[in-house]
Amino acid sequence: MYQGIRIAGFGGQGVISAGILLAQAGVEDKKNASWLPSYGPEMRGGTANCSVVISDGEVYTPIVSAPDTVIIMNEPSLPKFEPLLKKGGLMIINSSLINSRPTRTDITVVCVPCNKIAEELGMDRIANLVALGAFIKQTGAVTLQSVEHAMKKVYKRAKPEMLELNKKALQAGYDAVK
Amino acid sequence: MTEKTLRKGNEALAEGAIRAGARFFAGYPITPQNEVPEYMSAYMAEAGGAFVQAESEVAAINMVYGAASTGTRSMTSSSSPGISLKQEGITYLASADLPCLIVNVMRGGPGLGSISGSQGDYFQATRGGGNGDYHVIVLAPNSVEELGNFPKLGFELAEKYRMPCMILADGILGQMMESMSFHFDPIDPNKLGKFDWAVDIHKNGRKKNNVFSYKGDNLIADVVERAKRYGYIEKTEARWEEREAENCDVLLVAYGLSSRACLEAVNKAKEEGLKVGLFRPITLWPFPSKRLAELAAKAKAVLSVEQSLGQLVQDIKLAVNGKTPVYLNAYPAGGQPDGHSILTAVHSILNGGREGLFDLQEHAGDFAYECKRDTSLGMQGDLKGGK
Amino acid sequence: MTIIAKKPASLTDLPMHYCPGCGHGIVHRLMGETFDELKIADRVIGVAPVGCAVFADSYFACDMVQGAHGRGPAIATGIKRSKPEAIVFSYQGDGDLASIGMAEIVHAAVRSENITVIFINNAIYGMTGGQMAPTTLVGQVATTAPKGRDPKLQGWPINMCEMLAQITGAKYLERVAVDSPQHVMQAKKAIKKAFENQVNGVGFSMVEVLSQCPTNWYASVPQALEFVRTKMMPQYPLGVFKDEGGK
Repeated sequence: MYQGIRIAGFGGQGVISAGILLAQAGVEDKKNASWLPSYGPEMRGGTANCSVVISDGEVYTPIVSAPDTVIIMNEPSLPKFEPLLKKGGLMIINSSLINSRPTRTDITVVCVPCNKIAEELGMDRIANLVALGAFIKQTGAVTLQSVEHAMKKVYKRAKPEMLELNKKALQAGYDAVK
Repeated sequence: MTEKTLRKGNEALAEGAIRAGARFFAGYPITPQNEVPEYMSAYMAEAGGAFVQAESEVAAINMVYGAASTGTRSMTSSSSPGISLKQEGITYLASADLPCLIVNVMRGGPGLGSISGSQGDYFQATRGGGNGDYHVIVLAPNSVEELGNFPKLGFELAEKYRMPCMILADGILGQMMESMSFHFDPIDPNKLGKFDWAVDIHKNGRKKNNVFSYKGDNLIADVVERAKRYGYIEKTEARWEEREAENCDVLLVAYGLSSRACLEAVNKAKEEGLKVGLFRPITLWPFPSKRLAELAAKAKAVLSVEQSLGQLVQDIKLAVNGKTPVYLNAYPAGGQPDGHSILTAVHSILNGGREGLFDLQEHAGDFAYECKRDTSLGMQGDLKGGK
Repeated sequence: MTIIAKKPASLTDLPMHYCPGCGHGIVHRLMGETFDELKIADRVIGVAPVGCAVFADSYFACDMVQGAHGRGPAIATGIKRSKPEAIVFSYQGDGDLASIGMAEIVHAAVRSENITVIFINNAIYGMTGGQMAPTTLVGQVATTAPKGRDPKLQGWPINMCEMLAQITGAKYLERVAVDSPQHVMQAKKAIKKAFENQVNGVGFSMVEVLSQCPTNWYASVPQALEFVRTKMMPQYPLGVFKDEGGK
């Protein structure tokens, strides 16, 4: 198994932390994992994105230039990352905020209303975890349990009730994929 | 060996340095190495050491000069333009035979360049960017795990040979997170013993110690003596890694992060039935020339895969010494290789193509320049040349 | 036979290379006496500059570090932070401290590094052969100001004590001279105080010494001493510019 993932969205949508969580989950699963953010001036406002690799073997370069999966959280990221996706790759779209759809026909597209689901749970900010849940259901790259373990390490200062809410968001995203 | 944890490269480096006994750090903010001084500011005092945010890169390296004079495991970190500024201190450290650790988390250059990860400072690191005949030992990690474990090796080599050691990483390696573990228990520097050359409080009336860089009439003898040490290091301390490097047709040579993209190319090539190997220098100075020459002699071609424009390839050519053709697959100024782009260059070598291969002579033919000057004062006209 | 005067134990026996009439040797002696009197000789680590005092590492009996031009305060910072119990001084000339090393001296003061700086101001670059320094007086001839320093082209002399006095972290600043026995005695008091401050953890202390350079001033020794009194002192008045040693 070698999964290269790009997660993209607005700064503040939690795309960077979702990536760290995913990489940490890979480590919990005793896999090799890497994470790389976009950094520097491009971090200031606008869109942010990160690369994650989860592999049974060695991780080659942490820059995922041809992802197996892209998780698109906002409209501007769709045209940016659609061309990079591998043939036969997976695109998860946050349909709460994105009206456009990819033009490519050689990829699998899964639409999840991440913000809507998150709001129903009472917190808009956890839309990133909804998307992550959908990704896990679709790929099985990591397990839900390993993400839950990872949360305790990545969100060290989070209160127990917040962790509970995070788990619910993850599960809701998982269940949203048929 | 501890359990693997997910760590950011720069933080693994900083933590690894403190574990390795670093007790003095001076630095100045510059992207993409900022997590190193940030980590040091949070944890160095706790470890019983000192952190100083210096007023400049120049001051930072000179603070290291002072701290290293006392025998304290001392270090600084920066990124390319900042390392340019540190060259004054580095040549003084080399001249005064002081051990220390210098970290360069490289970005695109020349000049202010860009903040993208790069390998543009190969010459600066291996040739010495400062004045005079000197070297620093250069270690090139290719993973967060090596980034975390090399400070210990770096301090040990620096102290053994009384010279600066540089860890040459790049922006991506510093910024990425990866599963890693430390291969050593934290070192208590107080238990390492004192150096007989260090300046210190001396209550027992020992002979006075001087750390100095001005050698005057003794300079020739001093430089020649140090060159013998350099020769010994070249002979004994070269480090490298080989992957499928015996009996391959095309031998890739790459260090740092680009070596990992090469590994992808090696594996993809195997699926295609091609024999491609990888030689990864871990020490860039001393360059593992002897082993590279042996392997190159068995290959049909050698390909330098570097994130610079014809720097690493020079050391490869010196090692191979004309016995095997050497090609260049370059990603300068922040460009990033991947398995596919490297394999394109391999195909070009095997099939006589040009794609992915950079040839300076060939590019010279494309060069043209035209420079207009205001001639209203009757000055002689425009400057033109090339094609 | 009775010994009525002797060299301080904190200086080595090596004959100094300084020119006849130069102020460096006097200041070295005052420092050596201070180390002896304060009984700190075995704790002192000095930093020698680039300039005429580049060989100072051989003249002081303590451990010494000689570093790059202007970087003395940074080097001293590295030593002091690594060995807080050591008594660390940086010995610097005017080109070293007030030109190429301006950032280092200012920020050592800003951080209030608990070090002692001895600043030799002779209004000229001595070792390189008499070029204009930032402290060169208006109208003073130098090899790079052959018609004399012209403020229109080269600006005005810089007064370091006055400038550093604006910095909160600078705790003790005094300007002295070594042109006469009285002034030498005052210089001794100032130097001793600057080291006592460090022993007491006061913070950044600097003594600026107006020093004669007969060689590069193209002057006899008496002429050079007269130049210090009549030309330098009006530009660089002697006195205490800051003393927070007791606070």
